[in-house]
Formats: sequence, C-alpha cells, structure tokens
Amino acid sequence: MPEQLLQQIVNGLLIGFMYSLIAIGLTLIWGVMNIVNFAHGEFLMIGMFTSFWLFTEYGLDPLFSIPICFLFLFVMGMFIYRYIVSKVMKGPMLAQLVVTFGISIFLSNLAVYLWTPDFRLIPPTILQGTWDVGDINLSIPKTVASIGSIITSVCLFLFLKRTKTGKAILATEMDRESALLMGINTERINSLSFGIGAALVGVAGAFLSTYYYIYPQVGGLFGLIAFSIVALGGFGSIEGAFIAGILVGLAQTLGGFFFDPAYKYAIVFMIYLVTIWIRPQGLLGW
Amino acid sequence: MNLSRKQTTFGLAALVLLLIFPLVVTQIFPLQVMILVFMYAMLGVAWNIMGGYAGMFSFGQAAFFGIGAYTSSFLLTAFHVNPWIGLIAGGVVAAIVAAAIGYPCSNLRGHYFAIASIAFAEIVRVHFNNWTLMNAAEGISLPMLDESFTNFMFHTSKVPYYYIALAFLILALVVCYFVATSKMGYYFRAIKESHDVAEVLGVNVVRYRLIAIMISAFLSAMAGTFYAQYVLYIDPESVMLLAISIQIVLLSMLGGAGSVMGPVIGAAVLIPIAEVTRVWLGHKGTGVDMLIYGFLITIISMYQPQGVWGFLSRMGNKIK
Repeated sequence: MPEQLLQQIVNGLLIGFMYSLIAIGLTLIWGVMNIVNFAHGEFLMIGMFTSFWLFTEYGLDPLFSIPICFLFLFVMGMFIYRYIVSKVMKGPMLAQLVVTFGISIFLSNLAVYLWTPDFRLIPPTILQGTWDVGDINLSIPKTVASIGSIITSVCLFLFLKRTKTGKAILATEMDRESALLMGINTERINSLSFGIGAALVGVAGAFLSTYYYIYPQVGGLFGLIAFSIVALGGFGSIEGAFIAGILVGLAQTLGGFFFDPAYKYAIVFMIYLVTIWIRPQGLLGW
Repeated sequence: MNLSRKQTTFGLAALVLLLIFPLVVTQIFPLQVMILVFMYAMLGVAWNIMGGYAGMFSFGQAAFFGIGAYTSSFLLTAFHVNPWIGLIAGGVVAAIVAAAIGYPCSNLRGHYFAIASIAFAEIVRVHFNNWTLMNAAEGISLPMLDESFTNFMFHTSKVPYYYIALAFLILALVVCYFVATSKMGYYFRAIKESHDVAEVLGVNVVRYRLIAIMISAFLSAMAGTFYAQYVLYIDPESVMLLAISIQIVLLSMLGGAGSVMGPVIGAAVLIPIAEVTRVWLGHKGTGVDMLIYGFLITIISMYQPQGVWGFLSRMGNKIK
C-alpha cells in the first residue's frame, strides 16, 4: 500500500509538470491580454503532430524537434494574433470568447481532414523504458518531459524577470495604460506574448508526443484542464499556474487512487470550483 | 420597449408562415431542420436570459439540457410518469441544481464564470457517464408508448413535434420578453454593466443572478425533455456534450446577445448551415463540415461581433 501510494504520487507529479508547462503558456496570454484562448489545447495538438510528422517523415527524434515545435508555434501564434485575435480585442467580451472557440473547432477539424481522426503513437525512440528507484518505477520519457517542463518554465521566468522585453511583458500585464505611457508598444507585446504562449505549449506537445497518443481531438481535455489550472493558480500568475499544475496532477492521480478512476477529471473540476468559491482570485492571484 | 406596430405585423406574418410551413413542405429533412432550429432557438433564448441580459456567460447549458432530458426519461422508464409531468419535474430539478451551483458562483465574473460553468457541466457529464441508476454510458431508451399528444410521442409523422417545438419556443420568447421589459430586466442589465455599481444602487445582485440562472435552467431543461421525446434515446454523450453548450453560446452571439429575438435569428442562420454541411460533407467523417463551421464562427466574431441583430438594427437606423 505505501509503495503503491508513493508510486501514485510520483505519477501525479510527472503528469503535473506537464500540466504546468501547458498552463503557463495559457496564463501568459490570459494575463497580458485578458483573453481566454480556447484554442490552447489545439495548439498542443499541433505541437504533437509537428513532432509526429518530423519523426515519421524525417526520422527526427521528438527530443530534437522541440526547437522546431517552439519556432513553428511561435510563428503560428503571432500570425493568429495579428490577423484574427487582435481584431476582436476592442470588441465585446463574448466575441473574444467565441473567436478562439472558432479557431479551436477549425484547427481540430483541419487535423481530422488532413490526417484522419486516427490515434497515433511515436514508437519508442531515444527515450524509452523505466528507471527503477527502489520500489518506484519512473517512466523515462515522462521523467525527461518533466525535467524539460521545469527547465522551460525556469527559462520563461528568467526571460520575464531579466530581459527588457520580458519586463515589458510583465509591465503590460500589471497595467496596460501605464505601460503604454512608459513607451511600451503594447500591441507588439500582445503578439509577442501570444507567440510565446503558443510556443510553450508547442514544447509541451513535443514532450507529450514521446509517450502520449496523438490524435486531432487530444487538445480538448488538456485544454479544459489547463483552464482550471490557470484559474486555480490565479489570473495571469505564472508561479501560480506552475504550482496549480502540480496540484492538479496530484489530485487527479490520488483522486483516481482513493475513489474511482472514472471520476479523476471530475475531481479536478470539483477542486477548481471549491477553490474559486473560497478564493475567487485563485491561489496566487490578486 | 413596447412592440411597435411594424414589429407586431412582421411577427404575426412570420408566425403564420411558420404555422403553414409543414402543410406546404412535406419532405422530412427540412422539417427536421426546423425542429432543431426551434429547439436550439429556445436554448438560445434561455441562455440569453442569463448571458445576454444578466451578463453571465455560461458555457455549461448542456448540463441543464441533459438534466431535463434525463429527469423526464428516468421518471418515464422507471415509474411510468407521464412525460408532460416529467417536463415540469425536469425543469424544477434543473432549477434547483442551478441554484445550488449558482449560489457559490455568485461572486464570479467574466471569464471566471465562463470556465466555472464548463467545469460544472463536465462534472455533471462524467457523473452521468458513471451513474448506474441512469444506465451510465449506455444511456436510456425510452419505452414505446401509443402515439398521442398526452403521451408526448408520435411515430408516424414529425409534424406534431414541429408544432410542439414551435409552441415551446414561443413560450420561451414570452418569458424572455416579460423578463426583458420588467423591472427585473433592468436589474439584470445593471448587473451586466457593473456588478459593483448595481450593488451600490441597491440591487440584490446575488438574488437576481440566481433568478436569471434558474429561469434559464428551467427553460433549457424543457428543451431537454423535448429532445428526449423526439429522439427517444439519450446518453450523456448526446445531451451533455460541451459542443452543445458552445453551439448555444455561438448562436446567441451570432444572432445578437441581449435582444429578445437575437438567438432566434442566430439559430435560424447557424443550425441550417450546420445541418446542411453535416449532411453534404459530414458523412465521410472528414471533418470538412466542422472545419467550415469553425471558419465561419471566427469570421463572424471578427467582423460582426454585435451579431446579425446588431447589424440589422444599425441598417434600420441608417434607413430612418
């Protein structure tokens, strides 16, 4: 029993780090632009497929396709912001909610059209097998993905805190008007943040493709969970999203362990509802 | 906000046309599309009361729709309760659930409310998928009863369903009209414009938000019972899917949220597009129908964010 419990905690952490990486991209977009990107799960799906096709067509290992996924989704995110999302920024809130829903439906069905709704899996590559630490089994692809998620998050954190552009993003997030008065080109910051948010989830997609099924609708569930994580962590808070991602991963596996695996996602949403009831601004939000 | 003479004439003419429609058009497909248009229009009107007027953008209406469908179907299969009583029971259950979830959510605004509504609907869906009393994921097949209005079941023709759906839609519109023109409607709009200002002005925000959610849930559940009686089979994946909730928001926005007729126009535009593309292009499962659908939604929210109704009224103002 204790070993099993420990194993579940480890599994929860491993999936939690992945959630964190998916959610920090979303929280960045949400925080800077006050827009909920419902297409975020579909960005993840595109990242996974990019990695899949690079492997199938060119034999490139998913680990090496990470920079390509990053760049590809960065450009795609900037493009989508510039030509679609920026047009509704001044419109009613409902239009902002719906426009990203439209993009999400479009992207997932484009994937169905181009690649059929089949489930695909990248065969074991460089990363395979498990490490046995005592009685605990650590899946190697999941562990590497978790380490990758931590490294990526730290990089983002350093970028935001240390570079001028990063500081400009944070300033825009805190107060758009003042940032504008300080001479920050907030429109450029918007498209940059949207690009970075998409690129981060692209990296998550590349990591996830090493051990998870790849199919056009894969984004739906991950997207929903990412929303809960972001709101749980607090509006636009990157640290909050990171911590909340881990908590959600743990809640999901432990909930499945102690109650009923069928309810593991319901438990996640339940925790979300209870948290925002007690603390509407989320764990680390203001 | 009294109806002008022109509007009354136009409304009556539209009603007469809709009443004679099944007498003129006898093919099954157009009739089916119209029934779906009425049903979704009703769901849109219900959404509009809480979303368009009171500013609570719910993306979880499918939960209420599903609860309505499940309540009446369960009562009918397990206890042989007449579907018309099940209809009321479903509405009451949905309104109670809405109050129970709406109360803790009464402080949530904007995006937070939207995401909380998704979370709520997903919990309900997962629960029904595993609830053995409700047949879990297998769903409920309604027993075949004799064809009659009292049994709310017709096998030989779809025309009775057409008229019932139309009657339900008109009922929802009447409710929405009274809400919109009453003092309550002004409270709703005040809450939508600013939560805090409404509260300062003495509007009991929590109470009026709850009323809006409960009315909306009741009407959505009625549509759910209608769906169950029409299709005679329900399962969580057909009545509680997020896609249904999204469809409801989309058509309300497309038509124009916050106007009584907006969702009706939205449904009249969106549902036929969705159905026709589905029938023409969807049969191979290639996703082209949904691809076009997603593209249209994106374009509409970019260039026509106030909805078709907003466009029409702007045109009307220009002509004046």
